[in-house]
Amino acid sequence: MSTLDKKYLHYPHRSYGMDHNRYEWSMLHERPKVSWPEGKLLALWVNVGLQFFPLNQKGIPFKVPGGMTKPYPDLRHYSLRDYGNRVGIYRFFKAFDQYGVKPTFAVSTRLAERTPYLMNKIKERGDEIICHGYHMDALHYGGQNQVEEAELVKKSLDGLRQISGQAVKGWISPAKNESANTPDLLAANGITYFCDWVNDEMPYAFQTQHGPITAMPLSTELEDYFIILNNQHSAESWADQVCDACDFLLQEAKTQEGRILSLNIHPWVLGQPHRIGQLERVLDYICSKEEVWPAYAGEILAAFK
Amino acid sequence: MKEDPGYYDYWPYENRPKIEWPNGAQIAFWVAPNIEYYELDPPTNPYRTPWPQPHPAVPGYSIRDWGNRVGHIRQMELLDKYGIRGSISLSAALCDHHPEIIEMCKERNWEFFSHGVYNTRYTYGMNEQQERDMIKDAMESILKHTGQKCAGYLAPALSHSELTLDLFAEVGTELFGEEGGFYSCDLFHDDQPTPIHLRSDKRFVSIPYSLEMNDTIAYLVQKVPPRQYGKALKDNFDRLYAEGAESGTIMCIPTHNYQVSCAHRIKAYEEALEYITGHSKVWVTTGREIASFYLEHYYDAALADIAAKRI
Repeated sequence: MSTLDKKYLHYPHRSYGMDHNRYEWSMLHERPKVSWPEGKLLALWVNVGLQFFPLNQKGIPFKVPGGMTKPYPDLRHYSLRDYGNRVGIYRFFKAFDQYGVKPTFAVSTRLAERTPYLMNKIKERGDEIICHGYHMDALHYGGQNQVEEAELVKKSLDGLRQISGQAVKGWISPAKNESANTPDLLAANGITYFCDWVNDEMPYAFQTQHGPITAMPLSTELEDYFIILNNQHSAESWADQVCDACDFLLQEAKTQEGRILSLNIHPWVLGQPHRIGQLERVLDYICSKEEVWPAYAGEILAAFK
Repeated sequence: MKEDPGYYDYWPYENRPKIEWPNGAQIAFWVAPNIEYYELDPPTNPYRTPWPQPHPAVPGYSIRDWGNRVGHIRQMELLDKYGIRGSISLSAALCDHHPEIIEMCKERNWEFFSHGVYNTRYTYGMNEQQERDMIKDAMESILKHTGQKCAGYLAPALSHSELTLDLFAEVGTELFGEEGGFYSCDLFHDDQPTPIHLRSDKRFVSIPYSLEMNDTIAYLVQKVPPRQYGKALKDNFDRLYAEGAESGTIMCIPTHNYQVSCAHRIKAYEEALEYITGHSKVWVTTGREIASFYLEHYYDAALADIAAKRI
């Protein structure tokens, strides 16, 4: 083996706090207590990814999880993802209304451009819309040309704001992947909160060149895609895990402070006929608890502040 | 490169000298929380890439940070509830970054053993002096921040050289004589301690740490559901507990706060801890205490038995 350069044993950031300047080191249990409206203990943030996976995927710098995997044209993955936006989402709407959920929709701007019917439906419902990037193959990544990324952020947000008629204050990067500049570009384009960093259970301040924005805790570990397709657990197991998480967070909230149960779900995963029942079971279980507050992401952030 | 690491001889599991743990226990049970610091932008190593994405690797970095910000206190409260002192596999740089965590563990008289400086600085490619320096840095940091004479080692990110165990033992002797650097968690060949051959002939043992019961192996590599992991922990315990009536066994649960403390997983873990500590003949202990007890009472008999059975 070749010898490593001596700088491999130098540790320039080995000091109190984090090894970067984006946020402060802080343990959750040491922070001030948080109370939700009407004395509720657990905010339920159901976040629905409405995604467009282009057939002509470039895969730069990697193939987005959930994207095309076969040689072009990968009709199986293209159409199965499209299924969610044509069929599965309408099952979601019914379930949300039945159990009193207030869903936040994270939308690929390219999908919004392509599906005016669906966008009008969400606008009529009055649910919160946040931006999920331009499309799932338009990744933000380390080494990306900064001008190119700046144009991508601007195009994504300007387009979705125009179509939705909403201010669009929230953001999730495709694959929750970022460049070193992404948070700065988001702040420059009017984003006040983003959901890429999964290092906390509560909102916290994230520094950018244009002042702080808020990192909102959207769990990857509890995602339908992560558990059912990445980990290959059954939909029933996903539901068990969510119910266990709900019980635990509610218990923790009783002794400590208000907590957030964030469920990031996708109509192409849970909107399938054999899985939708498990989503309904979960929503029934959670929403039947008096201490639970179903809310939009923006409402949770407003109550937190 | 060698065909065999040369650390130990073949030593069949049957007919070994009988081990009896303190107070008639059949099994020594320990929990080893890995408390780690992963760097957002570590230097490159030609043999292993720290993150799957180009810098910044937000998904991997941020969930590990969650373990320190949120997960640590959850697991700590659980171990308190069941009377378990953690044996921490520590990224020594965490003493500098997050001293609050170190203080909480010190208050509980938990053990700190070395897991290198950062979990993003690999042994691969280090020359002997570099590896010795890295090992010494970590042991000195543990002494400075905790007052403990580090006894055990799990190489950072399980990255090794041919000399890893030798260097750890030698630095331990240099710093602490026989009171430091006397057990390893890096070998997975047995359910009981094993005397290890070292070039220094130091009295040194391998203590079973278990990859199979490791939450990150279960959740991240094997991708099992939480309840299946909880059942595996109980099944593992049941068999080792029963076999321990014949000769004492060891069960370790190696954990990571970013895995086992997640709200959807902690219940399965708690049920296993409740089950295990609910048995009477369990010695709930630490890695260092197991290694010390074995070195004092069984190490010499083991050496003699191994020699007698050597071909």
